[in-house]
Amino acid sequence: MLAAIRQFFAERQVLEVETPILSRSASTDAHLEPVATSDGLYLHTSPEHAMKRLLAAGFGDIYQICKAFRAGEEGRLHNPEFTMLEWYRVGFDDQALLSEVEELLALLLKPVVLQEPERLSYAEALSTHAGVAVDSRPSELVECLRDHGVHVPGYDGLPETEARSLFVDLVMSAIVAPCLGNGRLSSVYDYPPDQAALARITDDPTPLARRFETWFSGVELANGFDELTDASEQASRFETDLERRRRLGRRTPPVDALLIDALSAGLPASAGVAFGLDRVLMLSLQGQSLNDVLHFPISRA
Amino acid sequence: MIDNDPCVIIENEFVKPGKGQAFNRVKIRNLKTGRVVDKTFKSGESVEAADVVEKEMQYLYSDSDFWHFMVADTFAQYAADQTAVGDAAQWLKEQDICSVTLWNDAPLTITPPKFVELTIVETDPGVRGDTAQGGVKPATLESGAVVRVPLFIENGEVIRIDTRTGGYVSRVKD
Repeated sequence: MLAAIRQFFAERQVLEVETPILSRSASTDAHLEPVATSDGLYLHTSPEHAMKRLLAAGFGDIYQICKAFRAGEEGRLHNPEFTMLEWYRVGFDDQALLSEVEELLALLLKPVVLQEPERLSYAEALSTHAGVAVDSRPSELVECLRDHGVHVPGYDGLPETEARSLFVDLVMSAIVAPCLGNGRLSSVYDYPPDQAALARITDDPTPLARRFETWFSGVELANGFDELTDASEQASRFETDLERRRRLGRRTPPVDALLIDALSAGLPASAGVAFGLDRVLMLSLQGQSLNDVLHFPISRA
Repeated sequence: MIDNDPCVIIENEFVKPGKGQAFNRVKIRNLKTGRVVDKTFKSGESVEAADVVEKEMQYLYSDSDFWHFMVADTFAQYAADQTAVGDAAQWLKEQDICSVTLWNDAPLTITPPKFVELTIVETDPGVRGDTAQGGVKPATLESGAVVRVPLFIENGEVIRIDTRTGGYVSRVKD
């Protein structure tokens, strides 16, 4: 599989790079917990920041296959240490990059992908598979979850925006995701702005985040962005993230000032995406759990 | 502990959208009622731990209200009531080793051995060639249970039973 990926990128003249796994700063994403080392450094949760610095330095199209670490993520589809493929295409928008994602996944999953890929907007995915509108109130989302037999966790004391994003996440992962990628790749694009992460947000009257995710057999495989290139917007998102982390009682890691510097120097318009390669391998072998493809999952590592 | 009842987690799926909140979707069995329900927790949420342990114990005897068990190496004795013993009662034979689940040091459920050997106290003589019943007939065991046995089994014989299905396994010869 690694050889096929390297050949895929060699044919497209995308350069393989390596960036540090150990870093002074960490992702501020509200729901990612980095692994911290005893000397105050962090193992990266993805190579995103460092690769964007290379883009800003003028490297052009780049890809990387590396280990990434996320504390506390352990389950059938999660292992705190996993293998990630991340790549960036200069001058691509999210839809153009998505086409390349579909090509590569079709290649890697050749024996199991049967039909042409489909694409749905986030709003379509929610309305088609859960029968609920993307801008529903928390109470409507709770009702939708109960109708689908999903037990709803307690949410006393959560501000309305947090409760809403909690229930949207649960509708997406418990009701919609299992319907996605049935015999073909399903991609969801145009996310609500509060789930933008590092994606560009449109200036439309109803702004949308230019982000996409791709599923196969109900398993999320890829997450891509039309990259945010605005340094001050990036700095303010870091601040919002940190505020959110404080509200959720999570640790607040140091912000990556070097990424902000790189964006200020100028990041070319580009799109980037990351894959969980262990999951791709698992699906290509029709496995049910990452334990089927990891020699030593964390419980035995 | 869920809704004041001790529960055991039988399945736990970690669910997390790429950039979203992590959940644990768990299937739990209520140890008092045996019912299985689905629950969703935000990852990191905590619930009170139930003081539940499972112990191997020897079944001693029953009186009108209780079934008495003993831990072999400490001689500690426990009395289990009808609710705790439930259907297991029909398979209990004195001195057999059972698995007893204790909640706050009181018996909560009793699991009989997977296989028990019991003596037949009453069964009709088998009539050769009578296959209308599929070649089986009812037999009452010393513990009170009624099981279906092959026609050739007679009164006073010892048979081996699978307690999970209540099915006849074989005849036990001395």
